[in-house]
Amino acid sequence: MAAFGSLSTRLTETLAKLRTKGKLSASDVDGTVREIRRALLDADVALEVVKSFTAAVRERALGAEVSEALNPAQQVVKIVNDELVGILGGESRQLQLAKQPPTVIMLAGLQGAGKTTLAGKLAKHLRGKGHQPLLVASDLQRPNAVTQLQVVGGQAGVQVYAPEPGNGIGDPVKVARDGVAEAKRRQYDIVIVDTAGRLGVDADMMQQAADIRRAVQPDEVLFVIDAMIGQDAVATARAFQEGVDFTGVVLTKLDGDARGGAALSIRGLTGKPIMFASTGETLDDFEPFHPDRMASRILDLGDILTLIEQAQKAFDEDEAHRLAEAIATDGFTLEDFLKQMQQLRKAGNFKQMLGMLPGAKGMREAIDSFDERELVRTEAIIQSMTPQERKQSKILNGSRRVRIARGAGVTVTDVNQLMARFEQAAKMMKTVAKGGVPQMPGMGPMPGMRQSKKVQKQGKQQRRSGNPAKRTAEPVQPAAPQGSAFGKPKAEGAFGELSETDQAALQRMLGNG
Amino acid sequence: MAAKWSLSGALRGMFQRETITEETWDDLETALITADFGPDITEQLIDALRADVERLKVDDPKDLRRMLRERLEERFAEYDPTLSLQERPAVILVVGVNGVGKTTTIGKLARFLIVNGQSVVVGAADTFRAAAVEQLATWAQRAGSAIVRPEREGQDPASVAFQTVEAAKTHGHTMCIIDTAGRLHTKGGLMDELGKIKRVIEKQSPIAEVLLVLDATTGQNGVSQAQAFIEHAGITGLVVTKLDGSAKGGFILAVQERTGIPIKLIGQGEGIDDLTGFTSHVFVEQLVG
Repeated sequence: MAAFGSLSTRLTETLAKLRTKGKLSASDVDGTVREIRRALLDADVALEVVKSFTAAVRERALGAEVSEALNPAQQVVKIVNDELVGILGGESRQLQLAKQPPTVIMLAGLQGAGKTTLAGKLAKHLRGKGHQPLLVASDLQRPNAVTQLQVVGGQAGVQVYAPEPGNGIGDPVKVARDGVAEAKRRQYDIVIVDTAGRLGVDADMMQQAADIRRAVQPDEVLFVIDAMIGQDAVATARAFQEGVDFTGVVLTKLDGDARGGAALSIRGLTGKPIMFASTGETLDDFEPFHPDRMASRILDLGDILTLIEQAQKAFDEDEAHRLAEAIATDGFTLEDFLKQMQQLRKAGNFKQMLGMLPGAKGMREAIDSFDERELVRTEAIIQSMTPQERKQSKILNGSRRVRIARGAGVTVTDVNQLMARFEQAAKMMKTVAKGGVPQMPGMGPMPGMRQSKKVQKQGKQQRRSGNPAKRTAEPVQPAAPQGSAFGKPKAEGAFGELSETDQAALQRMLGNG
Repeated sequence: MAAKWSLSGALRGMFQRETITEETWDDLETALITADFGPDITEQLIDALRADVERLKVDDPKDLRRMLRERLEERFAEYDPTLSLQERPAVILVVGVNGVGKTTTIGKLARFLIVNGQSVVVGAADTFRAAAVEQLATWAQRAGSAIVRPEREGQDPASVAFQTVEAAKTHGHTMCIIDTAGRLHTKGGLMDELGKIKRVIEKQSPIAEVLLVLDATTGQNGVSQAQAFIEHAGITGLVVTKLDGSAKGGFILAVQERTGIPIKLIGQGEGIDDLTGFTSHVFVEQLVG
């Protein structure tokens, strides 16, 4: 994927040209739409879905009102995003339970899509919700699929109905029918029928699935599909729609790095809701599907708009000005430090914000290891100081530090570490205010920090952009260096892995490049 | 039941037209993208063909089909698809993401080698997935090969691999095929495990081939799968499975070209004899018709 360059980078290149213009012209839109088309194809979205999608985006972009709040680039991104979320479905649907138990759920899908594993995950999920599921082994085709289901059932702590040994022996339709009867008799309230995987074009196997469907009259038929599938998703989904008329879709192997264009294809072509996502090897890696997250995954745009929105909401401009002044006059105190942090926390879930940055997919691990409570702890330490201490950190001697540590419920080492980090931050701020570029380990050039001497003047007479979108986007910048200022080294890594191009891309998106 | 889509089918209609028009190019683009060649290769192919058509003043779509076939053949044939199994025992390590058909491929490969007079032992180093060992055992039985199973549940896959090579040496098997658990290429820990399996095997015998199994229905993600497996397992060849299901698999051209790893084997059915060597000519013939 990297070789193609992420869409956000490429798109911003195209969109950079539009930045100054007020309204989108037809040729601007065409250029953008071409890039989007390509990106969608790279994400394995089916061609016919791509065609209708790009047509819709083009139409909306051309007819769009000139937005006051957004620049043209952002406007296009917003339209694309809206359309994506629109197709993927506003909300995820819950399983429909039968009024008369047992509820029968049938699983169908291609070979290797992950049906048997999913059966276990679904069973465990339902058991956690207080249901009594029964797994029925109707995959008698694949060698030892029955054994696998038994093992999985054991791990999930649910019963498995497997009267036939499998490996081609036994009648899967009969097993399914008996399984439901067994569930009725023994008072299970949910039956999950695992069926044999099949290739989309295998008429015999599809007939078998249709027969099972007719025999057990399932309340839900879940179509299990691998997120890595290519253009074949269309043919497959159609074949299964005709064959077993599925009621919902489960996307598996989403823990890989496939963009999962299949989600868009299937939703666009069949209109059936995507209900669950399977995201790992253990039985707990199973979650309801989130259309909005999928939208940003397919285009790897990062949820730039949300990022902007959140930042706008949280960051109050006066504060930003005061902060800029403080730094310029060299008086960066612990109090400023604290305020910065509170701003950041107001901005909502910090991890979530990080995750929304374009290109952040690769650093998910680093984000996960970032401990948000660290912010809370740091805040507690500073709040345990007297106003004087906050202004003049130099007066913090040993006994003061002991008192602070006690007040904040931490150890003196924690206080010392915070002070070390603060001093580093203060030094960095000084450098910035003097017009230099701070050197930080593992960090690319700071977004929004121009290397020119203009920075020096930025203090009191901070230039304000004439463009409202730029202006609102601007205050986000002071927040950026904070990550390494007070975060633990791990958190620094999180920022550090945001590559230069990604930072540049984000910066351009924010209309500030 | 929807008719089976195939590139040849899609192309047939357009090659029956009288002359080459803009519509022909549109159809060709659609067909190539639908066959998972991806936007980049599709664009390259179409640009090249357009230039040829221009230069040679061709306007019969039939010539275009021939040109397309030649172009594809040429690109597919750039790498050598021969399996190199000179070592004795020749150790073949089979890797891939989940559900692509590794175990099935091993069954077929074992059969293929046995039919060609080799003596084969397979090693069930997929100790992770439930019932994977049994699945391999079933295939081994069908193929008539020996099998080395883990001694206990959840045994370290590297040790199973080691024991398999050891068994091959003591019992004089000429070929030794090792199954590994499917792993998504994004899981760092699991990918490192492959490196370990490799190192442990190499203590006894050099590895003849590391085969990456790719599902033909995979889309553009195939490239990043291959890149990750090259990095961690040093793959030497590609196996494309389930080609009967989709009659597509255009993405493997991108994989072969971007990684330089040749396609070596093709699986096209559920029967034990449905595994063949890769030949560019035959493959393109089937693809384009």
